[in-house]
Amino acid sequence: MKPGKILALAVATLGLAICLAPVIWLFSTSLKPFGEILRAPTALIPKHARPQNFTDFFSSFTFWRSFANSCIVAVLSVLGTLASSIPAGYAFARLKARGSGLVFALLIASLMLPGQVTIVPVFRLFASLGMIDTFYPLVLPAWLGTNAFAIFLMRQFFLSIPEEMLEAARLDGASEGRILLRVAAPLAKPAIATVAIFAFLGSWNDLWGPLIYLNKESSMTLMVSLMNFVGGSGTAQGTPWNLVMAGVVVTVLPAFVLFAMFQKTFVAGISTTGLK
Amino acid sequence: MIAPVILGLAIFTYGPMLVSLGLSFTNDDAVKAPSYVGLANYRYLLSADPSFWISVKVTGIYAAASVTLGLLASLSVALILNQDIPFRGMFRTLYYFPTILPATASGVLWAFIFQPQDGLLNGLLRKVGVGHPPAWTDSPQWALPALVIMSVWGFGGAMVVFLAGLQDAPKYLHEAASLDGATAWKKFWVITWPALTPLVFFNLTMSLIGSLKAFDQAFAFGTSGPGVGGPARATLFYVLNLYEKAFGHFHMGLAAAMAWILFVAIAALTAVNFAVSKRWVKGASA
Repeated sequence: MKPGKILALAVATLGLAICLAPVIWLFSTSLKPFGEILRAPTALIPKHARPQNFTDFFSSFTFWRSFANSCIVAVLSVLGTLASSIPAGYAFARLKARGSGLVFALLIASLMLPGQVTIVPVFRLFASLGMIDTFYPLVLPAWLGTNAFAIFLMRQFFLSIPEEMLEAARLDGASEGRILLRVAAPLAKPAIATVAIFAFLGSWNDLWGPLIYLNKESSMTLMVSLMNFVGGSGTAQGTPWNLVMAGVVVTVLPAFVLFAMFQKTFVAGISTTGLK
Repeated sequence: MIAPVILGLAIFTYGPMLVSLGLSFTNDDAVKAPSYVGLANYRYLLSADPSFWISVKVTGIYAAASVTLGLLASLSVALILNQDIPFRGMFRTLYYFPTILPATASGVLWAFIFQPQDGLLNGLLRKVGVGHPPAWTDSPQWALPALVIMSVWGFGGAMVVFLAGLQDAPKYLHEAASLDGATAWKKFWVITWPALTPLVFFNLTMSLIGSLKAFDQAFAFGTSGPGVGGPARATLFYVLNLYEKAFGHFHMGLAAAMAWILFVAIAALTAVNFAVSKRWVKGASA
């Protein structure tokens, strides 16, 4: 190897070590007994690994309830996102009804809007419908196609399907709905997977929405419960960081698992659209 | 098939946006019927509210620092990884990896890393001989830099975008320039940089908007350490301030006014960004 390349490799390795250190330290702390955090905060490997940190975390609040809530909200959001973005993406790409260009422009413009600009009226709307402490405010918008990124991605994919394939089905007398269901959607599996993954993580990772709409402990999602646990867990000896890090590990797990399974989808999704 | 989208845009986006503008001229407190107060909310925010300008300043510094450093980091690493080094694909994946952490989780994790006593960073700094490392989460001077460092850590997304662009750049130009004896520096400015400018512009716009809207990570960081808003309000991000006004004190009218100021600021910055881009972004001079 040329010296230049060796240098590049060395710099890349060093940079990577710095980048990954926090994550490695997260896992190591989640397994340390409390005393070790105070005695040897920088140790990367716990002397006496303590998996009970996790069971302690699970039993320190209504963990399983929050976990189930997060799963329910995420699954319903994914279903809603798919149910609204697949037909909408198809219509924007292929049907070109009058005015659909304008609607599409408004949809893309909404990507730039800060969500805060709508939060007060939307909160009041849900409050007046008695939907505080229910999952409706977190799930309903997904069913009405508010995930502009998902629709955009589906549209881009449907644009790439050769017109002849759809035309053949049309000549057979199939309706557009049937063409979408039987011809276009099956071809769009990779795009559908991408949308589903990002919608799941978007919902699972969200703090802002659940923080605003969910106040009762029994209705909270994991992210809000984690915040409550972190904020209220201080003891005379200080924050039990080992339990907190165990909690963080649990909240990041779905992202890690999905990333391990679908690395290519993640990286391709980012490099084609630049959006998370 | 786009009917739900039209409904969604009306109910959840553009409808509330207009209602929000209306509410910003009222004293709405989520309890009694709002009454019209003219420009009082805006006047209060701009000239009487003790926290508005603090949060503008905090957010401005955060955005400027984290966008600049994030772009530098992502571009540098992308240029290094674009060379033909071994394990390139693995490097790319692992550099991207930290960005998949939920913002809430990284906020908690970094609040721990920045703990003055038991944190990883100060532990390491003491080991290399720094006697009095900064108190980070407890220090009004260092809490905001801590959040900037945390944000730069997520440079992997922008890096992947840069790498994709670098790999699209034609190799033959580089080879021709090498034959002509051009230095690496010259090749970068004449060939690579012009090809990258649209992506720099894209990453700049997206990360600027993202940093002005930052909430989850700042909320989590504050909750896990110094309290939301940080020591001496040093990390009172704009949206944290808005959140406190709306859902802490139920000053809904005031919060709506803050939201509209944010919206106008983002729209104006994006417009300026696009206008200036014509001077330096290749292919933007349409």
